[in-house]
Amino acid sequence: MSSRTRLIFFLFPAGVLAAIFVWGCRDLPAVGDYRGPYGYVITQVTVPERHATDVVNAINYDYRGFDTLGEEFILFASVLGVLLLFRPSARIGGDRDKNGDDAQNRQVKIDDALPISDALRVTMQAFVGIMIVFGVYIATHGQLTPGGGFQGGVILASAPMVVYLSGNVWAFERIVSHPLIKLVECLGAGGYALIGMAGLLAGAHFLTNIIPLGKTGDLFSSGTIAVISVTVGLEVTGAFVLLMQTYLREIIEERLGQKS
Amino acid sequence: MRLLQWTILLLVAVAAPGVVLSRDPKAQVVTLSFYGLLCGLMFFIFQAPDVALSQITIGAVMLPLMIMLALTKMRRQNLRRERESKNK
Amino acid sequence: MLGHIPYFIAAWIFLWGLYGIVTSTNLVHQVVCLAVLQTSTYVLLLTIGYKLGGTAPIFADIPVGTVVVDPLVQALMLTDIVVEATVMALLLSMVVKANELAGTVDPDQLRIMTG
Repeated sequence: MSSRTRLIFFLFPAGVLAAIFVWGCRDLPAVGDYRGPYGYVITQVTVPERHATDVVNAINYDYRGFDTLGEEFILFASVLGVLLLFRPSARIGGDRDKNGDDAQNRQVKIDDALPISDALRVTMQAFVGIMIVFGVYIATHGQLTPGGGFQGGVILASAPMVVYLSGNVWAFERIVSHPLIKLVECLGAGGYALIGMAGLLAGAHFLTNIIPLGKTGDLFSSGTIAVISVTVGLEVTGAFVLLMQTYLREIIEERLGQKS
Repeated sequence: MRLLQWTILLLVAVAAPGVVLSRDPKAQVVTLSFYGLLCGLMFFIFQAPDVALSQITIGAVMLPLMIMLALTKMRRQNLRRERESKNK
Repeated sequence: MLGHIPYFIAAWIFLWGLYGIVTSTNLVHQVVCLAVLQTSTYVLLLTIGYKLGGTAPIFADIPVGTVVVDPLVQALMLTDIVVEATVMALLLSMVVKANELAGTVDPDQLRIMTG
């Protein structure tokens, strides 16, 4: 069907959907008039019970920790899917030479990269250390202040990208193709499940908070929340660095092949 | 609800069609990044700092980065295909 | 009625994202419109949990018992954002593969190449 027909077929159900949504929202309380009991219960109970001051992370890693385990494995599985889709495949007509190029790629080199400006290079070199320290700070202070494993992991994963933007392709290649990255990602993903099983071994339910809780406001408080936050941060860092390496692999190989 | 919250909600409501109506992917990356920043600001104004951190790092940095990497890879594939067909 | 307008804004963003997916001529544009569609759920969850006069649910510097907004929906939104990034990564890699194998990123053209 043509695109105009498709548009007309879309507009009518869209109008009906909007009408049903407006009709269904009549009985919701107005925005700002939160009445539900669960929010009040959780905020009264979290600090005395778990010695964690960040209620959102306490919910994510302790009260509803099983959901976060599933979500972390969603991230793991999707990175696995991307790596599988982009694995180097042998094309028709030969095996790969020492650069990793097959016969067809060797003749055709795309060389139209713009030179990186000096201002960008200097600024990015200054940023790398700050980003790593900030990422580690956010990832380890998840139970006290806003932050936690996911946010800190993403900030840490942007640090190699900043290295790439500063023009140092050789350092970027050494960082992202290190076998430690894959090990770190798997340790992060499996570590979460192992912490849950430690709860089973101690005689309680899966993912119970069995480590001593410490004093509220300390860095090493709130038991397994801090440990789970760090493992999730490791896993997210490994996942995003692997993603960047998969997309940029060809470009890095070409740039390094020209340099050497 | 206060004026600040109304303002940011209206800004987000205006920016969403702006992202959809930018048809060229290269332009859409920039508008998506700006929209992600607006959403992060909205989360901050509605007293959700954890979610705002998450949105800024993922929605305003990582997602446009992944799209740009995908666009780069596709551009190189197209260039390679053109040059190969020209060589033949 | 005035207090329900944020919910309608969530529906407005949802419908614009859906319109973008339906009338798209580029797979990458479709993926980005899917991301916009997912942000409509953030707006809905956020406005459901908001309490006027409440502050952020972090008790590092305020005493337990001050009025805060609902932290449960914020935990749901965190999960939502991470899943969005994940799904986009996988979808984009599929788009790149489709471009490599079919030579085009137009969904109408892709439909013609069958068999």
